[in-house]
Amino acid sequence: MNKLSSYIIGFALSIVFTLAAFFVVLRPGFFGLTSTGIVATIITLAIVQFFVQLTFFLHLWQETNPRWNLVVFLSTISIVLILVVGSIWIMNHLNYNMTPSDMNTYILKQEGMQK
Amino acid sequence: MNIPDKNNKTIFGFWVYLMTDLIMFAALFAAYAALRGNTFGWPTGRELFSLPQALTETFILLTSSFTCGLAMLAVYSNKKNQALVFFGITFALGIAFLVLELTEFSKFVAEGNSWQRSAFLSSFFALVGTHGLHIAIGLLWMAVSMVMVRFRGLTPLVTSKLVRLSLFWHFLDVVWIFIFTIVYLLSHV
Amino acid sequence: MFGKLTLDALPHEWFTIGGTVAITLGGLGVVALLTYYKRWKWLWKEWLTSTDPKKIGVMYIIVASLMLFRGALDAGMIWLQQALSAGASTGYLSAAHFQQIFTAHGSIMIFFVTMGFLFGLMNFILPIQIGARDVAFPLLNTLSFWLYVAGAALINLFFVVGGEFAAAGWLAQPPLSELAYSPGVGIDYWIWSLQVSGLGSLLSGINFLVTIIKMRAPGMTLMKMPMFAWTSLCSMMLVIAAFPILTMTLILLSLDRFLGMHFFTSGFGGNPMLYVNLIWSWGHPEVYILMIPAFGIYSEIVSTFSQKKLFGHTSMVAATIGITLLSMLVWLHHFFTMGAGADVNAFFGIMTGIIAIPTGVQVFNWLATMFRGRIIFNSTMYWFMGFVATFTLGGMAGVLLGIPGIDFEVHNSLFLVAHFHTMAIGGALFGIFAGITYWFPKVMGWKLNEKWGIRAFWLWLVGFFISFVPLYILGFLGATRRLDHYDASTGWQPLFMVAGFGFLIIAAGAALQIWQMIVSFRQRKENLDMTGDPWNGRTLEWAISSPPPVYNFAVIPEVRERDAFWEMKKAGKPAAPVKYEDIEMPKNTAMGIYISGFAFLIAFAMIWHILWLGLVGLVGAIACVITRSFDEETEYVIPAAEVAKIEARRIPYYEHTR
Repeated sequence: MNKLSSYIIGFALSIVFTLAAFFVVLRPGFFGLTSTGIVATIITLAIVQFFVQLTFFLHLWQETNPRWNLVVFLSTISIVLILVVGSIWIMNHLNYNMTPSDMNTYILKQEGMQK
Repeated sequence: MNIPDKNNKTIFGFWVYLMTDLIMFAALFAAYAALRGNTFGWPTGRELFSLPQALTETFILLTSSFTCGLAMLAVYSNKKNQALVFFGITFALGIAFLVLELTEFSKFVAEGNSWQRSAFLSSFFALVGTHGLHIAIGLLWMAVSMVMVRFRGLTPLVTSKLVRLSLFWHFLDVVWIFIFTIVYLLSHV
Repeated sequence: MFGKLTLDALPHEWFTIGGTVAITLGGLGVVALLTYYKRWKWLWKEWLTSTDPKKIGVMYIIVASLMLFRGALDAGMIWLQQALSAGASTGYLSAAHFQQIFTAHGSIMIFFVTMGFLFGLMNFILPIQIGARDVAFPLLNTLSFWLYVAGAALINLFFVVGGEFAAAGWLAQPPLSELAYSPGVGIDYWIWSLQVSGLGSLLSGINFLVTIIKMRAPGMTLMKMPMFAWTSLCSMMLVIAAFPILTMTLILLSLDRFLGMHFFTSGFGGNPMLYVNLIWSWGHPEVYILMIPAFGIYSEIVSTFSQKKLFGHTSMVAATIGITLLSMLVWLHHFFTMGAGADVNAFFGIMTGIIAIPTGVQVFNWLATMFRGRIIFNSTMYWFMGFVATFTLGGMAGVLLGIPGIDFEVHNSLFLVAHFHTMAIGGALFGIFAGITYWFPKVMGWKLNEKWGIRAFWLWLVGFFISFVPLYILGFLGATRRLDHYDASTGWQPLFMVAGFGFLIIAAGAALQIWQMIVSFRQRKENLDMTGDPWNGRTLEWAISSPPPVYNFAVIPEVRERDAFWEMKKAGKPAAPVKYEDIEMPKNTAMGIYISGFAFLIAFAMIWHILWLGLVGLVGAIACVITRSFDEETEYVIPAAEVAKIEARRIPYYEHTR
């Protein structure tokens, strides 16, 4: 489907998702979202737009068998997730063993015993 | 992507290259995520970034990705001049994007908020700058390709190169979605 | 004009002057020989600009051997210093010099020795083993090789140009490697040497992945692929996953040093621990990149010399894939002690322990392959069995280190050093030696002398244990790594001396390997491999002549079974075709050399802050790429008649089937 319609649909959807994310951030009160909710929403919108562009611009799913492009792509996405999520997890955790008082506060917070 | 190509090697190989580039960006995003709070007393993203400008840049790049797709449609139906026109538009939009980005950078530096100020600013300049550098390389490549189309015509070899160029360009827009969201939008949450 | 490069930078200490003299004289000697025998043109046309992966493979192995010499020299210097420097004696090296040596030793052994050997073997064997004539991207392949050479030149360059080498350990831990604490050019040499060669490795990774996936002979499904091809595939997937992280981390470190950014500095909000996190998320996969192809080599050898099908091929593939995936999930075990909490340490500790399972599956598969096989005890099998013993030992030490509680006790000690040397030498290096012995007749057309090979093996094995068992003990006694001096009251000196003595035995083993080459060369007429199949092999590389013709296969073979060539021999069908066709092969190109040359200039300029030279390099490299992109005549044709002539010169294998 290297057709014009594919690009037009992709273009239109990308605009919609970009504006939606922009709107959510600009008018946080409109949907009554907490800041965590806003973060979750805009990241979800980004991921959706990511797949929109992969589908309509890069035509990722239209490969015929064997779908090596897709296999390589999915492996890469898992590496990216491991790297980014793992790094954030590790880097946040590194505050665990700081000075004793800091550490106590941090552990209590991590374990949810303190606000 | 149904282009005459020996066993589809070249385009697949280029796709694998793009994946390595994606992992490179992932490392940058990880660094940005770890350092975005470390402003060291210098301005935060909320104080620095202008969302309307970021939105403009986003639309310019998105449109260029779209026109790049239109150019490829012209290539597939063997319309040389139409392809050149659309690549020309894509090229101009790419330049516009770069100019906007450099304006933003030079404004920050002029205000005294250069990459040397804090870890947050370092990671911002490195992440967005790396993307900008990719855009610049893509523009150079596009210019060379247009010359090639102009003088060689749309031979299978040239077409295969153009397919790779378009993959590269769409890929840069895909990366920009996350820069727009994580760098710009997230700073204003 | 020349940035930081001034006359003061020139070598002026005894060790650098020694290196300078050795390198200059060696270089002049080679130039003189080439000129005297009028071999320049031959060298340029037949070797340097060749796109033939077989020749590139041989060149990789030559460069890697030279680098092995350099790295081993460093190892000897480290051991000597540690054996001498107790109590009142401070040995013969200054602390600063000692630091440079262990930094160079680690970086060279990983990046330029092991990687070089493995890419060399892959270049030569892999395309043939999967029934291909070439790799997917021939130009990229020469470029990878020459980037590797440029990196190797950069890491030795301070001998010639001066300055100093990095002294911050083989991974250049910040903030020590930041400008504030390492203001010299040493770290920059390290960064750019790794950056350039790492780029070459990344391109090779892409190249081989595409080759394996897209260029297998018809009928060779993934599950019919030989084990070496499988392990190479997994290793290349790891290259693709991990090397971009290295590239980016090095870029960030050089941005810190060059532009004054603050990623890993200790001030301005920078975070040195982020560097450790990023570099190890490359570094752990890297050790498996080195190890996994060696598993493949062992699999080929054990099956050939047991004269049996590899036991449990499917489980072997599954185990390799398992190791590949797990190796992306364990990087934190390199810094358990950095301060993460119990959740994080426990997760990565468990993941580390799990790796022992697929590795165990592999070991048992090899043993089961030998079980009831008619084993031929060739020197390759000696290397293999030496590997099983040492690797199991090292693996158990690794499982210990993977338990966070134990790691807190022995981290940063010689126990760790002993562990990873057990894996690197007993695992990867023995595999490389086995592979070189195994495929040597394919490359040269004659076999290596067995007697001297076995003698060299025993010296290596015994020397290895004598030098590293003391290190395990020293680690338990509390000796930390990278010590240039220790107190006499520790009582460590005898153990360090034993370790140093072990090094001498290893060195004797290496000398015997050189002697083995010389003897084998002299006796080559008696050991000629006329059949192309000296070991009664099982995979496709043995189906063609030794050395192979430039196009490998006159006609691409059709694969039906897993041990393709073995099945062909059993069926007794002639593999030689009746009718030959024209073969298209890539032309030679010097583009790889030019582009790496410019990359070298860029790196040199970045090290010494010479702006104009950097621009020259950049413009030159871009100009090369653009010029090449306009070149459409990159292949030439070998006419069918020529192919027939070449093929007639060899005796087809089926006349020799046993």
